[in-house]
Parts: sequence; C-alpha cells; structure tokens
Amino acid sequence: MSSDTNQNRDVSDALTKDWWIDKAMAVVMWVGGISAIVAIVGIFIFITKEGAGFFGSAFEVEEFLGSPLWRPTSEENPTYGTLALIAGTASVTGFAVLMAVPFSFGAAIYISEFAPPKTKETLKVLVELLAAIPSVVWGFIGLTIMNPLIIEVFEVPVGLNVLNAGIILGLMAAPIMCTIAEDALKAVPDKYREGAEALGATKWQVVFRVILPASKNGLMAAALLGVGRGFGETMAVLMASGHSINMPDSPFDSVRALTATIAAELGETANGSEHYQALFTLGILLFVVTFIINLSADLVVRGIRKK
Amino acid sequence: MSLFTATELNEKNARTQRWVGRLFGAMTVTLITPVIIVLAMLVVRGSPSISWAFLTEDPINGMTAGGIFPALFGTVCIVIGALIASVPAGVAAAVYLSEYAPDNWFTRVINLAIINLAGVPSIVHALFGVGAFVLFFDFGTSILAASLTLAVMTLPVVIVSTRESLQAVPQSYRDACMSMGATKWQTIWGVVLPNAISGILTGVILEVSRTAGETAPIMFTGAAFFLPFLPQSVYDQTMAMSLHLFVVATQVPNVPHDLPYGVALVLIGMVLVMNSVSIAFRMYLRGRRKW
Repeated sequence: MSSDTNQNRDVSDALTKDWWIDKAMAVVMWVGGISAIVAIVGIFIFITKEGAGFFGSAFEVEEFLGSPLWRPTSEENPTYGTLALIAGTASVTGFAVLMAVPFSFGAAIYISEFAPPKTKETLKVLVELLAAIPSVVWGFIGLTIMNPLIIEVFEVPVGLNVLNAGIILGLMAAPIMCTIAEDALKAVPDKYREGAEALGATKWQVVFRVILPASKNGLMAAALLGVGRGFGETMAVLMASGHSINMPDSPFDSVRALTATIAAELGETANGSEHYQALFTLGILLFVVTFIINLSADLVVRGIRKK
Repeated sequence: MSLFTATELNEKNARTQRWVGRLFGAMTVTLITPVIIVLAMLVVRGSPSISWAFLTEDPINGMTAGGIFPALFGTVCIVIGALIASVPAGVAAAVYLSEYAPDNWFTRVINLAIINLAGVPSIVHALFGVGAFVLFFDFGTSILAASLTLAVMTLPVVIVSTRESLQAVPQSYRDACMSMGATKWQTIWGVVLPNAISGILTGVILEVSRTAGETAPIMFTGAAFFLPFLPQSVYDQTMAMSLHLFVVATQVPNVPHDLPYGVALVLIGMVLVMNSVSIAFRMYLRGRRKW
C-alpha cells in the first residue's frame, strides 16, 4: 500500500519535472529566437553610438551628401564629402548588376527549364561552389589577373578601375542572383507550364509568355539582392577599384567605394576622433541603405505570395 | 507513313526552340567558364609554392618567405570560436521558429531581422564588432572579439539551414511522439532534432566555409597583419588566412610573385573543400532519407 503511494508520487514528481523542463526549454528557445532581432538592433545601436559624436561636430548635410571632397586627414580644414564615394560605389555596383543580370537570369532559365536532370544537378552544385569563393580571393584575382588583362586589351595605363571592380563584382553576384532567380522560376506552379503546353505553346513561348511574367517579382527581388550584395562588398572592391577618390566619367577611371574607405582608414584613426566618427557615420549610411534594399526585396517577394 | 507530318510552322517552332535552348545554355557556360579559367590559373601559379614546409612554418623576412602556419592556426581558432557562439543560438532560434512560433507579427519581425542580418555589409559587421566587442565589452582586439563578430554575421546561415531541416521532419513523427504522452521538449529533443541532425550539420559546415573566408569583419576586431608567434589565449590577436592574403597581396613590398598565389590557393582550397563536403553530405542524406 505504502509502496504504491510512493510509486505514484515518483511518477507525478517525474511528470512535474518534465513539465518544468518543457516550460524552461520553451523559454530558452524563445531567447534563441529573438537573437536575430537582438543582433540587428545591437548593430544599429553600437554603430550609432560610435558615430553619433560626428553629428554634433563636423557634420553638415550639404557637405556630407553633396561634396565630392573626402579629406578627413587634412590638417587645417578636413572635409567629409561622400559624393565621390557614393558615385564610386554606385558606378561599380551598377556596372556589376548590368553585367550579371542577363547572364545569371539566362543561366537560371536554362537550369530551371531547359537542362536535363543530370546537367541541372551538376550546374546547381557548380553555381553553389562559385558563390562560396571568398571576397578577398576575388579581390586578389582582380589585382593580379584582371589588372594586366585590362591594361593589355584596352591599352589604358591603369587596370584597377570601375571596369575591373564591376566585372569582379558581377562574377561574385551572378551565382547568388542565379540561385535566387532559379528559386523564383521553380516557384511557378507546374500547371501553368502544362496548361500552356496543352494549348500548343512551344517551350520558349512558355518561358517568355508564361513563366517570366509569373515570376517577375521573384526575379526583381533577385536583382535587388544582387544590388545589395554589390553595395556592401568590401574587400574585392577595395583591391580591384584602384581606391582613388574620383567622380568617374568612364569605366577606365579608378574610384573608391564607401565600404572600401572604411576598411582602408579605420585602422589608422584614433578611437573617438572626428575621422573615426565620420567612418562610423559611413557605416550608418551603408546599414540604412542595405536595410532599405533588403526590405524592398522582401516586400516584392511577399507580393507574389499574396497573389 | 507517319500519322503526323510536321508543317512548316511546326518546324519553325522546333528550330526556334533549339536555338533558344542553346542561347540560354551558352549564357550558363559564359557565367561559369571565366571562373573556372581563373581558378585554374590560381592552381597553376599557386601550386609550386605549396609544400609541407609552407603549411607548417612561420613567415620570415617580413612575410616575403617562409610558411603560413600562424595564419592557418589563427583561422582555425577564429572559426571554432564563431561556431561555439553561433551554433547554439542559431539552432535555438531555428527550433523556436519551426516548433514554437505562432504565425503572428512578432514571428514576421524575427524573419525580417534574419533577412536583414544576412544582408548587412561585412564592413558594417566590422564596425559593430569594434563598437560592441572590442570597446564596449572591452575584449580588445582579440580572437574572442573576432569570433563573436563572425558569429553574429553567420547567424542567419545557421538559422535558415537548421529551420529548413527541422521543417523537413514529417509532422506525423511529432504527432506520434506527443500522443505517447511526451512533452513538447521531449518530442523536439528525442525525435525532431535527431531526425534533422544531418541537415543541421550540413548548414554548420557551410558556415565554417563562410567564416574561414571572411576578411573585413576580422580586420579590426582580432586579426593582426603579422604576429611571429601563436596566440596564447582568446584575448590575444592572431594572424588569419584571409587577412594574410590581403596583406601579402597589397601591403608588403617585394613579395615573391608566387607567394600570394600559394596563400590564395590554400584559402580557396579550404573553403571549397568544406563546401564540397557539405554538398556531398546533403546529397548522400537525400538518398537515404526515411520519409
């Protein structure tokens, strides 16, 4: 009799323990769940904290966004104009996306619609491997292989320029854009294809008249993410763009990007100095712009889901 | 005598279709070929400098000769540190999103945070690492600060891949376990995670390769240009492969021509081998999945 009660108590103790573990782990998982929010808010808070002093001292909106003169180390009159840096980033990114979009979308269409199954698998693996090459290696390729190639082919004095960085960045962004575009094409329901083919459409008619219109949001998101990638890329642009402050007029001009400026100058500034704070302000600018790009890509994709 | 004779229109359509297929095929080839050529060039120029001594000796003469051992060692330390920090957090986040999270605005905010975290430029992560780990938490420029910076950066990779493999476990597995009287956590720990572990590992390997190649986030948080000795604790700086490549390629005068190619080849070899292992692992698992 007494042993029976004990046993019951053991069972109910075990159940209570399991119940408590269950509740505790639910909380632990929730804490893990908000880690991404903590990280993104933390990033914003800490770069703002370090850069905030700049807004109280040397910051002038007109100079910051309107002047091409980035001279933070000038002794008598340091200026912090980012126009040339923005132009550098924009020209390189624009060039890269213009190059990468047709090829990566073409490849995505081939992989998704035309390739036989075996080829498809191989190509997908290859594209995935290409996306994994580190950016410092791409920069090295720009420096050592593209540079002499551009000098020789176009007969220009310097091969580190918009063209070089644009090609390198295009090659970097293409695999990612191709993967996302391929996902977008794959998301088009098979019944669309079957319906069109049953009406007698040929494969290319299906692609151009049915699949591309149906997946245009996904493709736009892919292009946007490519832009975001190019915008935020640091090492490759630092090494391949020539890194000289310039408003570019031709693809053969050397430029300097926002990201590269931070990477090159942060090591030489004293903590808390005006220059240091200015670099963090560049970081805030980069953060805000990529945030907007990613958000709009997400909204564009959500647009298709709703439909 | 065939039942169906192709009309001129049929033939024209078939021709167009062949050409369009070839056009897209050619675009795919154009996308991949230059990269293959470039990789081949790296292998050709880099392989002469790679030897056992290159991998196991210290750099000498201002990094113009000798090996890369401290950089290799440092990269391994930083990667391990990043894994220790990001894998538990990332897996917990994925478990929450896949098993617990209701479909409401809060979950959408988490998903948005993950997407945006994945898109933050690497140099902004570096600024964050300097502001938060180096200065605010006062770790100094150290392996610890560099690892944590990279952990934050690769968190989305772990979350997304883990969530995918958790969601691939059939709902009936969970239902069966819960109907035996198990609690939710017992179901997750005993049934869902063991069935998803291989997918999680695939994501972790992918994260390793991503972490090993990053340069910008560790430049100011823990990686040193040149350190002739190995780090003694997590509060020390260290050399790293990716930064070492940047340094020998751009910052050091009179580097012998082949040396940077050797460093690049080792780095890219590490990354691509990890990636191939991850892909092979995934394919093998897809073949023997139980559901």
